Amino acid sequence: MSALHIKKGSTRHSAYNLRPTFSDVQERHTIAVLVENEPGVLARVIGLFSGRGYNIESLTVAEVDHTGHLSRITIVTNGTPQVIEQIKAQLGRIVPVHEVHDLTVEGPSVERELAIIKVVGEGEKRVEALRLADIFRANVVDSTLNSFVFEITGAPDKIDAFADLMRPLGLSELARTGVAALLRGD
Amino acid sequence: MTTEMTGAKMVIQALKDQGVDTVFGYPGGAVLPIYDEIFQQNEIRHILVRHEQGAVHAAEGYARSTGKPGVALVTSGPGATNAVTGLTDALLDSIPIVVLTGQVPTFMIGSDAFQEADTVGITRPCTKHNWLVKETDALAQTLHEAFHVATAGRPGPVLIDIPKDVQFATGTYQAPKPAASHYQPEVKGDLEEITELVAAIEKAERPVFYTGGGVINSGPAASQLLRELVDATGIPITSTLMGLGAYPASGENWLGMLGMHGLYEANLAMHGCDLMINIGARFDDRITGRLDAFSPNSTKAHIDIDPSSINKVIRVDIPIVGDVGHVLEDMLKVWKARGRKTNAPALAKWHEEIATWRKVNCLAYTTSEETIKPQYALQRLEALTKDRDRYITTEVGQHQMWAAQYLGFEDPNRWMTSGGLGTMGYGFPASIGAQIAHPDSLVINVAGEASWLMNMQEMGTAAQYRLPVKQFILNNERLGMVRQWQELLHGERYSHSWSESLPDFVKLAEAFGAKGILVSDPKDLDDAIMEMLNYEGPVLFDCLVEKHENCFPMIPSGKAHNEMLLGEADTQGVIQAGGAVLV
Ligand SMILES: Cc1ncc(C[n+]2csc(CCOP(=O)(O)OP(=O)(O)O)c2C)c(N)n1
Ligand SMILES: [Mg+2]
Repeated sequence: MSALHIKKGSTRHSAYNLRPTFSDVQERHTIAVLVENEPGVLARVIGLFSGRGYNIESLTVAEVDHTGHLSRITIVTNGTPQVIEQIKAQLGRIVPVHEVHDLTVEGPSVERELAIIKVVGEGEKRVEALRLADIFRANVVDSTLNSFVFEITGAPDKIDAFADLMRPLGLSELARTGVAALLRGD
Repeated sequence: MTTEMTGAKMVIQALKDQGVDTVFGYPGGAVLPIYDEIFQQNEIRHILVRHEQGAVHAAEGYARSTGKPGVALVTSGPGATNAVTGLTDALLDSIPIVVLTGQVPTFMIGSDAFQEADTVGITRPCTKHNWLVKETDALAQTLHEAFHVATAGRPGPVLIDIPKDVQFATGTYQAPKPAASHYQPEVKGDLEEITELVAAIEKAERPVFYTGGGVINSGPAASQLLRELVDATGIPITSTLMGLGAYPASGENWLGMLGMHGLYEANLAMHGCDLMINIGARFDDRITGRLDAFSPNSTKAHIDIDPSSINKVIRVDIPIVGDVGHVLEDMLKVWKARGRKTNAPALAKWHEEIATWRKVNCLAYTTSEETIKPQYALQRLEALTKDRDRYITTEVGQHQMWAAQYLGFEDPNRWMTSGGLGTMGYGFPASIGAQIAHPDSLVINVAGEASWLMNMQEMGTAAQYRLPVKQFILNNERLGMVRQWQELLHGERYSHSWSESLPDFVKLAEAFGAKGILVSDPKDLDDAIMEMLNYEGPVLFDCLVEKHENCFPMIPSGKAHNEMLLGEADTQGVIQAGGAVLV
């Protein structure tokens, strides 16, 4: 799937072990970055992406280890294999970055996102929205006589699909968390 | 050791514990407590510059000439913003410096207080790392960590922003602890890759070493190992602007500098090699020229401590992440263990081919009896100073490239020039930093008149500390390098590339209590240089040179190594599409 080959035993700061072909193919990668939870660290990561012209499709961040003072940043990005390799190497040289994992290469991984969607409508449309929410296993977290707020979790494309279906049925507002991801297995 | 003390005292204590002997700085409201501590001690010398940019470049000059981190201390707001150019310069050239900035007290941060600037925000993209210290108890650890980060791995500038209340408050001082930091870049290279490289060296028919500032940054031992490896294998070696001196200019395998204004033989060797061994260089665009035509038929190996340098612009076949010194040591071991093999017959042919390129004598220029050619001035400077204990800094422009071409460097840490950022105004303060570090050595700043004016206020510093720095100005009354590009690429429309209203440099020197020397006749040049060398204080040497001299060889931007211009005769086609193609 990927033009990148990772050598055995390399996970951390591993970009130099890659043998990319400088191809033009755009790839989508999910990268997990373990960082020291210090002020400014998110600005460093975001500044790196904007300063060097990399794309951010989604970015989530939260502390994951309170005693170890570590946060996990999950970034979904796209670029040519060479750009993806650069992104990881550049992330790896930020001083408070402890680990960089390319879940797309190291995978398979589980990706989940949560969205909250407000749908305003009456009559048939309202019934249809509720029926589709049931199929997508979205929960109703708020309702009035002419609106629902659904909560849905899943891979980003499942949320895209659900949102697309809700649009003609009266979607009025949408909030998404961005992707959180982990490697499968142990 | 832990002791209670104020934050301001901690700064001084930490600097002492880190072995700092000199701080380049400029005071202001937000650093007064630190200046008060400086006043009450004698171990750390403070050099008062005349502009904060000067402080940072002086710290760079100190660092590059000693291999130790340089330190600068400036106030909040304008003090910090004035330091930004120096920080960026040090970032692009990987120079270890520690910059301390004062900040408004923590309880006023964010209120647009007097002389408040978001210093860590402004300097985040131009430092390797920076910190805003909000508690006195965290200050000592942060200072120690700053020195570690500045010097470990790929070196670079760091900044610590210290609010005034943190300087006044009392906290617990911690002495430096080894290995306290999680930041520990790998220094050893992968042995498998090193062996692969050695195997490639054994077979190569047309190998070339392409070395850079990483060799200098790795320390004198790395230069020593490089010399051993080069001379034992007999492989020709070229270097970037940043790496001059790692291999001696008098060495038999030396090709001279490569790149946009590099030597013909060096660039053609890069273009025609079958094995390129990049040691501590980064395939900068001044080096590669047109990427798709860069050394088309070579296997490329790259040794660099920074993984992000590898495969950034040029795809390499043998990547080795590690410190140059460590990797060279292992390379030599492996190469010796495998029987010290090279492809000797092919190498001999390769040297012959290089010798034919050398015969082109690409640094030849038209001499003159009437006007001083800048190249001639540098040749005379070289002849009259090369046996001295000498440090050279430069400004940015044609004079910088000529200095790199016509001066010979026998040792590392003797040559300081702004390579990555190309900062006009770098050379004078850098010469001050180098002179402070080496009070008894000869320190010369090869300057252009325009660059020199950018930080001329440092004449005050040179005069105050009686620093015998020699400001060797190649005065062409032009922004020469800009003029050259306008001539070649913009139809000779010389838009604002004159140095108008220049001062009388002799009078200017005298106004600062320094010596001024003016020379315009080639016949007087040697005597004038000797007068400069024999004077025991700062000298402003105003050398009036040919105004319209262009710097050759030149690879025009976007051209390949084998499309080099060797002289005026080659420049005709440049403005048209195809360009003047050589070889
Ligand atoms: C701070 C800064 N501003 C602008 C430039 C663009 N620049 C590069 S060389 C040059 C001319 C330098 O003139 P001078 O110092 O007299 O050197 P010369 O080329 O004449 O030897 C200029 C303006 C630069 N490198 N740095
Ligand atoms: Mg000039």
